[in-house]
Amino acid sequence: MQPSQAPHGNLHHRLWMYEAMVKSRELESRIKTIYFEGKTPVFNMAKGPIPGEMHLSMGQEPCAVGVCAHLRPTDFVTATHRPHHVAVAKGVDLRKMAAEIFGKKTGLSRGLGGHMHLFDAAVNFSCSGIIGEGIAPAVGAAMAARIQGRDDVAVSFMGEGATNQGQFHEALNLAALWKAPVVFIIEDNAYGISVCKAESTSVASNADRAAAYGIPGVFVPGNDPDAIHAAAGEAIARARAGDGPTLIELETHRLEGHFVGDTVEYRPVEERERLAELDPIQLFRSRLIGDGHEASELDALDAEAVRLADDAISFARNSEYPALEEAFAHVFG
Amino acid sequence: MSSVDVMQETGAKTRAPRQRRLTVARALNEAIHQEMATDSSVVVLGEDVAKIGGVWSTTVGLLDAFGPARVRDTPISESGFIGAAVGMAAVGLRPVVELMFVDFVGVCMNSIYSLAAKQRFFSGGQVTCPMVLMTSVGGGYSDGGQHSQTLYATFGHLPGLKVVVPSNAYDAKGLLASAIRDDDPVVFMFHKGVQGLGWLGTVPRAATHVPEEAYLVPLGKAAVTREGSDVTLVGLGLTVHHAIDAADQLQKEGISCEIIDLRSIAPLDQETIRASVRKTGRLVAVDDDYMSYGIGGEVIASVCEDASITLKATPRRLSFPDIPIPFSPVLEQGVLPNSEKLVALARQAVLEK
Repeated sequence: MQPSQAPHGNLHHRLWMYEAMVKSRELESRIKTIYFEGKTPVFNMAKGPIPGEMHLSMGQEPCAVGVCAHLRPTDFVTATHRPHHVAVAKGVDLRKMAAEIFGKKTGLSRGLGGHMHLFDAAVNFSCSGIIGEGIAPAVGAAMAARIQGRDDVAVSFMGEGATNQGQFHEALNLAALWKAPVVFIIEDNAYGISVCKAESTSVASNADRAAAYGIPGVFVPGNDPDAIHAAAGEAIARARAGDGPTLIELETHRLEGHFVGDTVEYRPVEERERLAELDPIQLFRSRLIGDGHEASELDALDAEAVRLADDAISFARNSEYPALEEAFAHVFG
Repeated sequence: MSSVDVMQETGAKTRAPRQRRLTVARALNEAIHQEMATDSSVVVLGEDVAKIGGVWSTTVGLLDAFGPARVRDTPISESGFIGAAVGMAAVGLRPVVELMFVDFVGVCMNSIYSLAAKQRFFSGGQVTCPMVLMTSVGGGYSDGGQHSQTLYATFGHLPGLKVVVPSNAYDAKGLLASAIRDDDPVVFMFHKGVQGLGWLGTVPRAATHVPEEAYLVPLGKAAVTREGSDVTLVGLGLTVHHAIDAADQLQKEGISCEIIDLRSIAPLDQETIRASVRKTGRLVAVDDDYMSYGIGGEVIASVCEDASITLKATPRRLSFPDIPIPFSPVLEQGVLPNSEKLVALARQAVLEK
């Protein structure tokens, strides 16, 4: 395995993963609270400082950090309509990201994109609101790196629901055919809105689908940052070395609804009641302490995450809205 | 009772006895229930349509009433399940398929425009495609540029598809029943802004009296929502309500507006539009799709191509500008058509020398 090349200096990768998970969680906790401003007592999606749909990634943070711990800013990542954890782990500017989610002119895209359309070219991150749309662009970016003589890789994150899109199959065949330096990460949170995986997908594990394209398929159970880090490290090293793509399916948990406001009645009650016990941040924290890390060390990381999240939200709140001309200024160059 | 009567009646301040009012969502739901009950060939497919009754509440209760063989949740495989619906329709079923957001058409356009739209033509009339593609359209609630488009003209442009856009619950039920019974593919586009879902905000006026019994509103036939003499306002879906609000405002200024609700854009009811403009001599078309090559242009052309019409003012159109839909609420609200912009255009038309 190649050494980790994450943008986290000398911080041990497990602590970096922990801090990135907490950072994402703290940011999203604030977004969730603010999302309800202006939406009570009557919930109307159009109202409040954060209008529109809001898809939170709480619970899925291990997928983002375990993979992105191996990535450089020049590696290319595409994420989904549920993008915040991946954006944070890829090093997207937190202030600009928060401002974009608020629709402010200081946002990543000057307020044009919103939370499903976060673009940060400085770290080669983007996401999309259409299921499966990021898979093929990752193959293309990976091929570009090879054509341009760089050893950068591309990673496409997707939900398990995306594997039933035609794009998934076309892109995997292309990647295998071209031996593209790309890694496909499936975050299997078991639900596409209300439809559970067993009712949408003909195979239990999407890792089995890799065989159809002659590439390695890996399944990582447990929503475990360490296990994800190990599997992703191997796949990314393989891609960097020119040995082609890997498909990895990660078992994970969506602690929130499909969007904020989703009552989640389609999930069995016992399943919903178990979710709190499955919080990966608490589980990982316990493991780190069991492995000899001091609680105070983790508390300090928590405090830093809180500070950064507060700073980002405050920046977003205090920023101006864009001028109307901005809407017309970016259709063509 | 016509939809015109209904809309006028619901504008009345007091009524007795109180009539049953439904939202567009409930009216659509009732139409599907009734058509499924009377025709066993009607089946329903789509994402989240069975267990939770559809994201837009169009298919509530169908799974319990008709069972999983006729009401199916699908994977996120629009190209697959819409193509499958064409196959079902070819051999005797009447699929009603929901495409959750019209914006998702990008992943399944082939199944719609190469397959569904061309089955009858390519087979020389041997094979028909009696399917309905229901889909939500419209923005205004900051859902970003991939969840807020209307794309009316995209579908209206493609030969072989009938395209329907209701503005109120009465029409919604009757049009959907007609669409399900029609032997050709119908794209049924319901606007989120009139759907009547509390969590999304809605135009209260779109909830109207809806008779309990099944009835039909014909496809391809526009409605005269309000009669007037100075200027014709032509809208569809949500923008019919912009037109009503604008007409109310202009009435205070002594300007009398006639309002046409297109209801269908393919086929387009050119006769109703022409008859109105022949009377008023002025035309303002309003829609919330992108402007270029769009609904407004088509409506204006249908008038200008009729040499018997003498216009008293240049025809005008209000649409969404030719830009992707911005997320930020100030930008989106700034560029969306609304009644104030419509009032200004209609006033210009009336004042033009």
